[in-house]
Amino acid sequence: MRRLRSTLWAMMASCAFCGPVTAVTQEEMIRLGRDIYHDKSRGNCISCHNISDPVTNLPGNQGPMMIAMKQRYPDRRKLRAQVWDATAANPLSIMPPVGKHWILSEDEIDAVVEYIYQY
Amino acid sequence: MKSSCRVFMHVRRGSLLALSLMLVSQVMLAAETGTQLQRVDPEADRLALQQYYLKRFPHVPMDEYVNGIYAVDADSRKQWDALMAFPPYEFDLEEGEALFNTPFANGKGYGDCFENGGIGIRHQYPYWNREEGTVKTLEQEINECRVENGEAPLPWKRGDIAKISAYMAFTSRGKRFAIQIPEDDPRALQAYLDGKKFFYSKRGQLNLSCANCHLQGSRILIRADLPGPALGHPTHFPVFRSKWGEIGTLHRRYEGCHRDTRSVPLPPQSDAFRKLEYFQTYMSNGLPVNGPGARK
Ligand code: HEC
Ligand code: HEC
Repeated sequence: MRRLRSTLWAMMASCAFCGPVTAVTQEEMIRLGRDIYHDKSRGNCISCHNISDPVTNLPGNQGPMMIAMKQRYPDRRKLRAQVWDATAANPLSIMPPVGKHWILSEDEIDAVVEYIYQY
Repeated sequence: MKSSCRVFMHVRRGSLLALSLMLVSQVMLAAETGTQLQRVDPEADRLALQQYYLKRFPHVPMDEYVNGIYAVDADSRKQWDALMAFPPYEFDLEEGEALFNTPFANGKGYGDCFENGGIGIRHQYPYWNREEGTVKTLEQEINECRVENGEAPLPWKRGDIAKISAYMAFTSRGKRFAIQIPEDDPRALQAYLDGKKFFYSKRGQLNLSCANCHLQGSRILIRADLPGPALGHPTHFPVFRSKWGEIGTLHRRYEGCHRDTRSVPLPPQSDAFRKLEYFQTYMSNGLPVNGPGARK
């Protein structure tokens, strides 16, 4: 028990030295990304993409399901680019250019990518 | 579950590609004949749109497209059939008839402003007005009739104007839309072209065109909403919409859909919306008038 506590303490202490980029843990990023993904007034990705997360409610199917992301996007930057501007790959895409049109901030896009990359 | 999703994904990807190719070729066709006034061909556009839907929903007869999403989605159709057992616009229709037949203060009435006393003429609207050099809609002429006879114009989106328009549509049920684009006035063709461009242009923060949802996206879920086919869009207007809880005009619907793209909506009866209606109704030529309608 004491060992666990001191390990925890060490982890927290080490975080005190984290730079601004890592100030947010991956877990927090995923939580934020998840909120954005499912929130109608934010990313609203759920209106077009199903995802097998228990919070999923009334998913749309205009776009493909978010599944096997790591296999299909070994290069994460390509995934981020798709989210940032879907019209680069398909000018007629119904998918809004989330980054290009400032629908989400760059940090929010990172969070959403972090979230979908688990699936 | 997972494997079926995977299958679904592949199917969707294949069909999306096919669809966007079809769209690209359609747009190219439009560019070839249509983005220039000299070469735009409304009749070819209309037939291409019909072909698109014949391919996409092969079992749906052409005349069914007057029923919007209910023509192509069996589940929605079931709920709608139940709704239509007592059509929610019945009271509005009665009131519309009474309003239509109530004389103005000067003793004249709506019947005096329209061809054939205003009965059975819905299928000719909107039309190109050569003298004024603009597209005229039925609602617009209802208000002009009032103003010419010393009455105040009615608000455009809901209430009495929608009821009067509903009655006038009702007297035209079964007549087939026959929108003309007079060949000897290039401005008419330009108006059609402007409406067509509006329909296919992406707009708003969400970068959506009408075609994104009502062509590519017809009968594909956006969250819990299913956009219907663009073919037949205007035939049943005005519409009693359960979401509104009342009857409303086509331009009220345009305003809502326009806002869905996160752009500032244009006002009802604006030049751009009248041209959009001209384009959309021309696309529905040959389909019967079935207004007023009821929608979810
Ligand atoms: C209005 C519909 C719509 C919305 C909203 C939307 N998308 Fe898409 N998305 C699509 C469609 C359709 C495609 C298929 C490719 C294309 O047509 O561009 C797609 C493709 C994708 C792809 C590539 C999929 C693959 O399997 O390769 C990713 C990743 C993606 N979307 C993520 C997102 C994220 C994250 C959001 C929210 C921030 C989002 N989308 C919002 C419609 C949408
Ligand atoms: C984000 C998706 C989306 C966009 C973009 C969109 N619509 Fe819609 N529209 C819908 C949905 C969903 C409905 C309700 C289902 C239905 O009746 O089709 C609808 C309904 C309509 C209706 C009523 C159909 C009926 O049968 O009563 C008309 C007309 C219409 N839209 C026209 C337009 C036009 C014109 C534009 C472009 C300015 C447009 N829409 C853009 C999603 C959209």
